[in-house]
Amino acid sequence: MLKNRGIAFKLILFFTLSSALIFIAIVTYNYFFSRKIIEKDIEEKARNLALATVNRIEAVLRPLQKVPENVAYFMEYGSCNKEDLLRFLREVVKNNPEVYGSTVAFEPYASDRKSLYFAPYFYKNKDKLEFSYLGGENYQYFHLDWYQIPKELNRPDWSEPYFDEGGGNILMATYSVPFYKVVKGKRQLMGIVTADISLEWLREIVSSVKILRTGYGFLISKNGTLVTHPRKDLIMNATLFGLAEERNDPLLRAIGKKMIKGEAGFISFKSAVFGRECWMYYAPIASSGWSLAVVFPQDELLADITRLNRTVAFLGIVGVLLLSIAVVFIARTITGPLRKMAQVTHDIGTGNLDFELPPVKSGDEVGKLTEAFQYMKTSLKDYIKQLTETAASKEKIESELKIAHDIQMSILPKVFPPFPDRKEFDIYATIEPAREVGGDFYDFFFIDPDHLFFVIADVSGKGVPAALFMAMTKTLIKSISVPGMQPGEILTKVNYELNQANESCMFVTTFCGILNTKTGEVHYTNAGHNPPLLIRQGEEATYIEGGRNVMVGAVENYVFKTDRLIMESGDVLFMYTDGVTEAMNEREELFSDERLRGEIVSLQDKPIREMIAGVKEEVISFAQGAPQSDDIAMMILIYRG
Amino acid sequence: MLQALLSRTIPMRILHLIIAILFSILPQTLRAESPLKKASFIPQWSPQAQFAGYYVAYEKGFYSKQGIDLRIHMGGPNSPPLEFLEKGKATFATQWLSTAIQKRSQGVKLINIGQIIQRSALMLVAKKSRGIHKPQDINGKKVSLWREEFQIQPMAFLKKYNLNVKIVPQSYSVNLFLREGVDVASAMWYNEYHTILNAGIDPDELTTFFFHEHGLNFLEDGIYTLENTFKKDPELCHAFVKASIEGWLYAFSHPDKALDIVMRYMSAAKTQADRVHQKWMLERMKDLILPRGDFDTPMGKLASSDFTLVAKELHKSGFIKKIPDVNSFYPKDFQYAKK
Repeated sequence: MLKNRGIAFKLILFFTLSSALIFIAIVTYNYFFSRKIIEKDIEEKARNLALATVNRIEAVLRPLQKVPENVAYFMEYGSCNKEDLLRFLREVVKNNPEVYGSTVAFEPYASDRKSLYFAPYFYKNKDKLEFSYLGGENYQYFHLDWYQIPKELNRPDWSEPYFDEGGGNILMATYSVPFYKVVKGKRQLMGIVTADISLEWLREIVSSVKILRTGYGFLISKNGTLVTHPRKDLIMNATLFGLAEERNDPLLRAIGKKMIKGEAGFISFKSAVFGRECWMYYAPIASSGWSLAVVFPQDELLADITRLNRTVAFLGIVGVLLLSIAVVFIARTITGPLRKMAQVTHDIGTGNLDFELPPVKSGDEVGKLTEAFQYMKTSLKDYIKQLTETAASKEKIESELKIAHDIQMSILPKVFPPFPDRKEFDIYATIEPAREVGGDFYDFFFIDPDHLFFVIADVSGKGVPAALFMAMTKTLIKSISVPGMQPGEILTKVNYELNQANESCMFVTTFCGILNTKTGEVHYTNAGHNPPLLIRQGEEATYIEGGRNVMVGAVENYVFKTDRLIMESGDVLFMYTDGVTEAMNEREELFSDERLRGEIVSLQDKPIREMIAGVKEEVISFAQGAPQSDDIAMMILIYRG
Repeated sequence: MLQALLSRTIPMRILHLIIAILFSILPQTLRAESPLKKASFIPQWSPQAQFAGYYVAYEKGFYSKQGIDLRIHMGGPNSPPLEFLEKGKATFATQWLSTAIQKRSQGVKLINIGQIIQRSALMLVAKKSRGIHKPQDINGKKVSLWREEFQIQPMAFLKKYNLNVKIVPQSYSVNLFLREGVDVASAMWYNEYHTILNAGIDPDELTTFFFHEHGLNFLEDGIYTLENTFKKDPELCHAFVKASIEGWLYAFSHPDKALDIVMRYMSAAKTQADRVHQKWMLERMKDLILPRGDFDTPMGKLASSDFTLVAKELHKSGFIKKIPDVNSFYPKDFQYAKK
């Protein structure tokens, strides 16, 4: 199918398909490669961002831990009364801007045997330092997390973040440090020193985490509670595990477990905020046991690549289209002229040369081809014009030659038998010019009532000059022949006359004779002609050799000799021109004198017409279709007595 | 005034009949004008799904449908419900059976008019990682317990298995347990247990001791009122319990709507509102209120065997000196549950 389609179609198909394939391959590779790079890059970025944020948080938490630790150290190893303690605690809260409040809470009756509670608390309230004693029926601090957990664990501990109700409703966390006294060699808990820290700054730090367009950070406590999160309704209300339960997402629960265990990692999960697949990097805040996560949607990460790819795809499609258009254009500039030229060639075939060629616009192959066509057109036209003229002139010549042929034939005797009342002899002759007109001729006429003059001749050359020379010679012979003249005399005279104006140096081989019809005596002259065959009754055919003379017209003032022979009744004299014996077949073999003699012998009993026709037939069959190269003339004279 | 007048002159049944007829005849617009009895209710804790039935009944208008103009007090640690009853600040209150029996034995004339929870949700929970798999493993460990009535079942449990432990007071949070400050902690199945799960500890990492599985099925939330109130207006009590049960049934069949209501109450009370947690709580309340999972058993009935189990244990442990009479504690022939 494709084979028969036009060049334009093939070009478009090939270029469009191959360029589209190359383009797709490039885009695909580009997409996956750039995606890989970006993913790697973003993981790095997320990790750095998370770790940097963790460090910022730690940078606040760690120094704060020092405050209650130092107070606890002071409580353990220093000694002070209540007033000193209050003053000391007050200075601590006042001089540490990050400390929101601080207490030294004693075990029951540990500070004063009379009072169950003793916990002086300094805290900041709108830049003012406030003071109160903690503990009472409604505030049994021994049972609260900030007291109980470090007490039971015997080590400092960060509390879960909590909302400080009534204290400005701010998010807080408390760092609690137990302190001891050695009583009777036994280390005994005396109380807990705490430092409260507002976590409002924590929200700011975490909400400043921005990655990609909508990526965010969140922080969970040791229990998995969301401490900061873009969704305000979740803050302090939901745990990561609760979200996992809500969404029936065991993977999220597993992530949460890793986070609260203090692990770090980079994972893919479905975000509560975006409701779509996200990447998440999480890292622990070691001091407090919290965990920070940086989350960003995967599709956003790939949005740039997607956009780039979309643009590239668009450009590619436009490019391929433009390429196709260009190919169409180029193909048209080639196939348009080609198609036109195909039409033109077809027209030339039908003989129409008056065609319009497309204008030559370029010097490329098509342009050159068009030029060649233009040249061919002009040449053909000229040639045909010339040919037409030649043909016309040739036709004219041919018609003239035809006329000449007719005239030439008309000057030869053609009516046989020519002398039906004369029984003593019979004569028959044919001539077959190789062209329209020829140089061979024969003639016979009575010089006087008893003497028959006969002649067969062959003018040198062929065609019109030979024909004219032949006509001249024949006319001369006839006009010169008068009774009593010998053939030699006649030819001498003819030779003389011909030499008077033989500018072209033509000559003619002639065999002529005069038969005395009463006696059978023949006087003859052979002027350079093929010797005739004499077939006597009951004898072998022989070539009459006789005396040799030069060709008529060759030598001026030559005197031709005459020879003599006697024909008995029934003797046959066969005369011919060299067109017979020198007829050639395709192997370039000559018909030859020998063959001629054999042929005549085989035909000698036939009537003379048949003899001539038989020789002619034999010559034609010998030539095997090879064109006749010379005039053929034959003449037979039979003497009957 | 009209109502007071009527109640004195016409027997209650006839009154009811009249009201019913009036309701069916009167156009919708006029119904709202019919007199509603004023009453108030206090749950034993701040708003959460533990009391979903009451909030739902209120929001869906079940109380007003029963002719009650109810006011719900905000519960909480500083609002002991039985004190509210005693001081006349509330008409109805919810409380644990054990607490109520103690109060009764102390002379507070309160009666149970609807035992909502039919299975004890109190439990002990321990981490398997601390080597606790069966009751005997608790021996010698640190156990955190809530105060007073919350200790009755655990103490009985410890005695039952002859366990010697160090008891640590337990606050409202489970952080002490999560931080492994104690080995065993008290928990309500519908509350703290889920908090523990959602602090990242899987159920298979925990060993649980449900008291109801150890012969200590002390029923919890029941509806209480003062004997006087009941004597004065049993129909009001009847109507309150009926509307409350209708509220519970509605909450169980429309959990999402119920949770919406609960969340709204929680947000009004400015307490931590974790919907997932409340969902768990509501589901567990269904398990506790309808332990057999069917709606055919009459709801709100206090079986005398359940009463006796608690009263005897209280007496044995010295919480009460004398076991109150079950019939005075729980009025006989008081059937409200729809069947």
